[in-house]
Amino acid sequence: MSPPEIVEPLPMPGGDAPVFAEPWQAQAFAMVVALHERGLFSWGEWAETLSAELKKPDAAQDGSDYYVHWLRALEVLITKKGVAGQPDVDAVAAAWQRAAHATPHGKPILLENDPVHGRE
Amino acid sequence: MSHDHDHHHHDNELDPMAARVRALETILTQKGLIDPAAIDVIVETYETKVGPRNGAKVVAKAWSDPDFAGWLQRDATEAIASLGFTGRQGEHMQAVFNTADTHNLVVCTLCSCYPWTVLGLPPVWYKAPPYRSRAVIDPRGVLAEFGLALPEETKIRVWDSTAELRYLVVPMRPKDTEALDEEALATLVTRDSMIGTGLALEPGAR
Repeated sequence: MSPPEIVEPLPMPGGDAPVFAEPWQAQAFAMVVALHERGLFSWGEWAETLSAELKKPDAAQDGSDYYVHWLRALEVLITKKGVAGQPDVDAVAAAWQRAAHATPHGKPILLENDPVHGRE
Repeated sequence: MSHDHDHHHHDNELDPMAARVRALETILTQKGLIDPAAIDVIVETYETKVGPRNGAKVVAKAWSDPDFAGWLQRDATEAIASLGFTGRQGEHMQAVFNTADTHNLVVCTLCSCYPWTVLGLPPVWYKAPPYRSRAVIDPRGVLAEFGLALPEETKIRVWDSTAELRYLVVPMRPKDTEALDEEALATLVTRDSMIGTGLALEPGAR
């Protein structure tokens, strides 16, 4: 007798979802396309980096976190290319979150709205 | 105290992923590596302009025009480009034709390589770990989950896409379609039939 096989079900076979579930996914997608076109990396390099992220054991079986890995791969690659390190991205992301908090509802969120802006 | 219940939080919230994307966009723009306007154009293109209708036109032409089918078999990149479908992730294409003996199925075991110019961006299941690992090991089982039961004697050939080479499956032309023109034929060609997880529709099915 062979051991029972664990078969992961396919998420929504044949299902149709919007191309991007949230706007940030679209932006993350487009930044990679733009940087590749600018020649910052080859598509082979990108596929390899993305693959390494997607193969991490915490990747969701239903593929719902695909763009989380996509974004992570982008950060890995720009760090490797010396464009910006993790701390730089963390700092600017925190500034964006402070700016969001300081922006009244209904107004566009601008980085200038960060109360710490310009004082660092 | 008394006005506590009148106090409304009108602050905006950015979830952590959205904040990180904005941070990257800020940094990359400041360094002159991206242009926000160009980013918007790319998003719009993939949300609205590129999709499997392009591939359906290629397949319908191959069904109707034997010369085009031959060209598609010899040099898919050029044949597809002749219909105006060129660009990112379509630079090196190969068309694989289903026959009565052989069914073709496309996967990317590495990540999510996919022929964007003819099919748009891949569906969620194509990018998810179960499809990527199981399509190669158990293609028949995967097809069954898509509701596709092929005869035992039909061979299944699995093509693993790479960053350099993308595949388009040309499904078999359904029967009783001799009277249909290319435009009508294209409506029978589904996205899944061009990945290999489905067949072209029979006339009247839609």
